[in-house]
Amino acid sequence: MCLAIPGKIISIIERPDETFRLGKVSFGGIIKEVNLCMVPEAKIDDYVLVHVGVAISIVDEEEAKITFDYLKQMNEIEEIKNN
Amino acid sequence: MKYLSEYRDQKLAEEFIKEIHRITTKPWTLMEICGGQTHSLVKNGILEMLPEKISMVHGPGCPVCVTSLSIIDEAIYLAQQPNVIFCSFGDMLRVPGSTKNLLELKAEGADVRILYSPLEAVTIAKENLEKEIIFFAVGFETTAPANALSVIHADKLKINNYSILASHVLVPPAMEAILSDDENKIDAFLAAGHVCTIMGMEEYFPVAKKYKTPIVVTGFEPVDLLQGILMAVQQLEKGEYKVENQYARYVQREGNKIAKETINKVFDVSDRIWRGIGSIPHSGYEVNDRYKKFNARLKFKINLPVAEENKECISGDIMKGLKKPKQCKNFGTKCKPEHPLGAPMVSSEGSCAAYYHYSNAENVLA
Ligand code: SF4
Repeated sequence: MCLAIPGKIISIIERPDETFRLGKVSFGGIIKEVNLCMVPEAKIDDYVLVHVGVAISIVDEEEAKITFDYLKQMNEIEEIKNN
Repeated sequence: MKYLSEYRDQKLAEEFIKEIHRITTKPWTLMEICGGQTHSLVKNGILEMLPEKISMVHGPGCPVCVTSLSIIDEAIYLAQQPNVIFCSFGDMLRVPGSTKNLLELKAEGADVRILYSPLEAVTIAKENLEKEIIFFAVGFETTAPANALSVIHADKLKINNYSILASHVLVPPAMEAILSDDENKIDAFLAAGHVCTIMGMEEYFPVAKKYKTPIVVTGFEPVDLLQGILMAVQQLEKGEYKVENQYARYVQREGNKIAKETINKVFDVSDRIWRGIGSIPHSGYEVNDRYKKFNARLKFKINLPVAEENKECISGDIMKGLKKPKQCKNFGTKCKPEHPLGAPMVSSEGSCAAYYHYSNAENVLA
């Protein structure tokens, strides 16, 4: 139930009421309608984290990259310390 | 899939494992809060790859597992009322109540429906005005905005045949309850990333400080979990107790402001009974006065006796990190996923079921 998965916004349907901001989100090719009212700044092509039909966060691409470089950075810091 | 597969990369995972082995000098006990994390740790065999000195215990982070028997009984009572369509997330259907579960009730002819989102329940209400639609609003802080939104939607659309059985549980009060238990041996926490996506990190600063316990907000994929464990062990080895954020690609310090406002619009914080743990003050959400006509408890005037939990199930000790599933004498014998005695055997996010399904967990437990 608590699963939340990232998907890419492929279209946005604006409605007059802000609680009805909907979009189509692709999860690796599977398209679902998702409520976007909690991520008002989300645009087409953004990746959002979706939980039970509601997008709850937009991915921060810079932060995502940091995980992959984390160990490298740590090693560099160690090297600086050791020198 | 982008932002998913990279975090399952085996080579990167191996590098993290190596680093964890390299820096671990003392025995440490870490608790992951969320059942999704337990599931991922067990399924991916991560527990086996960690240094022997590191012991992972599995926290109360599965709403299915902690929903009390009394609430399941309320759900069954509501689903039995005439003219009701009772809607729920799928994993609640097999949780045993005092006499039966929702799945059995469905087999007997009750209109019980499995939904992916509470917003679908509002659509069903709109299309079935002559029926009463009730949504079983369980979950942690992560699920609360969607459940609240369903009520706001229904109110705006002037839908009067929709209500929710609110059974929300909140993470930080449960963490405090665990930490303040005298028997607790937890050195560090991996906090549940998705809960923090909504709530942010502020609530954890006082907890980390008061109990001198590092808290690392952590994601769910293997690489996330390994990085979270590494960050926690780094702190422990240095004697630090900070709140750190491994899941920064989704979690901001202040959380999602709109989601929090949505929750606060519809819910009040209330005390909540946790299955196996007991009542924890301020650890749940209940529908507030403003939206009380959407509160199924009031609408259907539920007044059931408090149900006694099954004494043979030691899920409380498991969720407090005091015992592991296999230490329960019923594990795999009287209690199996097909006929669970307790909720942790029902949901795939429950620790008993996770250990049961993935045989590689056997070695870890031995
Ligand atoms: S194995 Fe079954 S009875 Fe034992 S703690 Fe787990 S759910 Fe409860």
